[in-house]
Amino acid sequence: MNERMPKPVLSVDTVVKHFGKTVAVNGISLDIRENEFFALLGPSGCGKTTLLRMIAGFEVPDNGVIRLGERDITRDAPEKRPLNLMFQSYALFPHMTVWRNLAYGLEMEGLPRGEIATRVDGMLKTTDLTALAGRKPSELSGGQKQRVALARALIKRPKVLLLDEPLGALDKKLREKMQLELKRLQNEVGITFIIVTHDQEEALVMADRIAVLRDGNILQCGTPQEIYERPANRFVAGFIGMMNFIDGEIGADALFRAGGQALACDVDGLKRNAPAVLAVRPENIRLDPAGTGVSGTVVDVAYHGLDRQLYVKTALSPAPLQVRVAATGPDEAAARTGAGVSLGFDAAACRLFQE
Amino acid sequence: MADALRIKLTGRMILVLVFGFLYLPIAVLVLLSFNESGLPTSWSGFSLRWYVALAGNSDILHAAWNTLVVAVVATLIATVLGTMLAIGMETRKRRSTPLEALAFSPMVIPDIVLAVALLTLFSRLNVTMGLHTIIISHVIFDLAFVCSVVRARLKNFDFSIVEASRDLGASSFTTFWRVTFPVLLPAIIAGALLAFTLSVDEFIIAFFTAGAGRASITLPMQIYSMIRFGVTPEINALATLVMGVSATVLLISQWLNKEQMTR
Repeated sequence: MNERMPKPVLSVDTVVKHFGKTVAVNGISLDIRENEFFALLGPSGCGKTTLLRMIAGFEVPDNGVIRLGERDITRDAPEKRPLNLMFQSYALFPHMTVWRNLAYGLEMEGLPRGEIATRVDGMLKTTDLTALAGRKPSELSGGQKQRVALARALIKRPKVLLLDEPLGALDKKLREKMQLELKRLQNEVGITFIIVTHDQEEALVMADRIAVLRDGNILQCGTPQEIYERPANRFVAGFIGMMNFIDGEIGADALFRAGGQALACDVDGLKRNAPAVLAVRPENIRLDPAGTGVSGTVVDVAYHGLDRQLYVKTALSPAPLQVRVAATGPDEAAARTGAGVSLGFDAAACRLFQE
Repeated sequence: MADALRIKLTGRMILVLVFGFLYLPIAVLVLLSFNESGLPTSWSGFSLRWYVALAGNSDILHAAWNTLVVAVVATLIATVLGTMLAIGMETRKRRSTPLEALAFSPMVIPDIVLAVALLTLFSRLNVTMGLHTIIISHVIFDLAFVCSVVRARLKNFDFSIVEASRDLGASSFTTFWRVTFPVLLPAIIAGALLAFTLSVDEFIIAFFTAGAGRASITLPMQIYSMIRFGVTPEINALATLVMGVSATVLLISQWLNKEQMTR
């Protein structure tokens, strides 16, 4: 992580945007590096799309600066910015064929016809669209439209490609395929990608770095692993992946207590004799055959193929805890409703939050 | 079973009666325009002589020319203004109810009210009335129709294609001519055709704003003045022609509207 910082290709500096009285973006700063696959992740209304639209030039920030390399682009018109946006709705021109859709951006640059034709044909080949060149957007499937939209943005060879929920309209199977496809393409063309998504799985799979947004603020910015394993606060912990939350308090003895049970966790930098929330992922709770852990009863079992999700009622919290166990092996016997189990917590993976 | 059948048959019969009442007179009129004798009482064989007579009637030709001038010019002006108004209304961030009501009202205000109001205005301003005042008056209600047809299309217009065009390097001017306008074109043409048919057979407003004299008489006014001396076979022929033109234009306009809906 601590390699020499490359120069940012795009930097957002304390950008603020209000719509009427609501604050959409509340002083966000970000540095996006060369060739990075960067994800803006958050629930709807968190400001991620507004931020993307300000980078693209469709909204002007009330405050702050956006730079592309050394150049201040904060107030430049969208057509003057050497970056392109792939729209959530794809926004293909309905009256033009796939070929003409791709050629449009190059025509606007005033390139000679021959070069436009060469580049369009080349891009069609790269994105496997050659056979569809003569079709109108209304004659394409969702996945094909998505590829055309991507090709139309990429053909301009932008410094940065912005993608607004690019896979949102696709079904799950196709989405998973396209996630890897996008990542491969990004490596191939060597362009910086900034993607907006509300799908945490998508961000984890594709991005080199993720910024988690909420209410116009960045809550945490880091690699997928950092964000998954060391969430900065309770919201990030709950937003990324599955998480159990246990309300309790940290005692004077530096132990976390809830429901009459005590757990040893990392309490560095946290107040003693104060309420706290413990966050632990289902895969970081194991069944303890020795019976020395927190005892509980299995109230529900969900089979997921490779593993099972157990819902275990304990004294720790009113809601049952989610526990991931292998579908086969020693834990198989416990994976039935009504079974009494003993839970062991992976102390290193437990995170404590205080408001 | 029998009851259901009876209800069905009764329904059919009412339908036939209503449509018969509506269309039979028109059918008779069309038929009589081809009647050799020109008498509504007897059919003496198919003939185009009344159409030939029509072509030789300079009053009618003059009125037809006036109508064409009024309809074409009013349609052109109303189409440009109506399209601009529609785009303006649909792209502004906040909806304006007063503006919408103003744009819509010429469609619902009774023609006679509009006609009297315009007449009062023109005479108040001491404007010499003629074809130009008819054109101005027709633009007013044509505008409302063009605007509402184009707005209907804009309701399911994906404005992100406008942004996409800008994003790909086009100025807002280029974007309008290469993206917005071509996509809206079927609706604009449909609106223009509708405006044209409305102008062609508009009577009351034209009658009030034409001014004195026969110089700026339009076709509906000409028919009205002829009909005072009884329905002649010539009028039947003229009415058939006007109806034919209106129906054709209306059909084209509807077809264009359907085309763009299925797109």
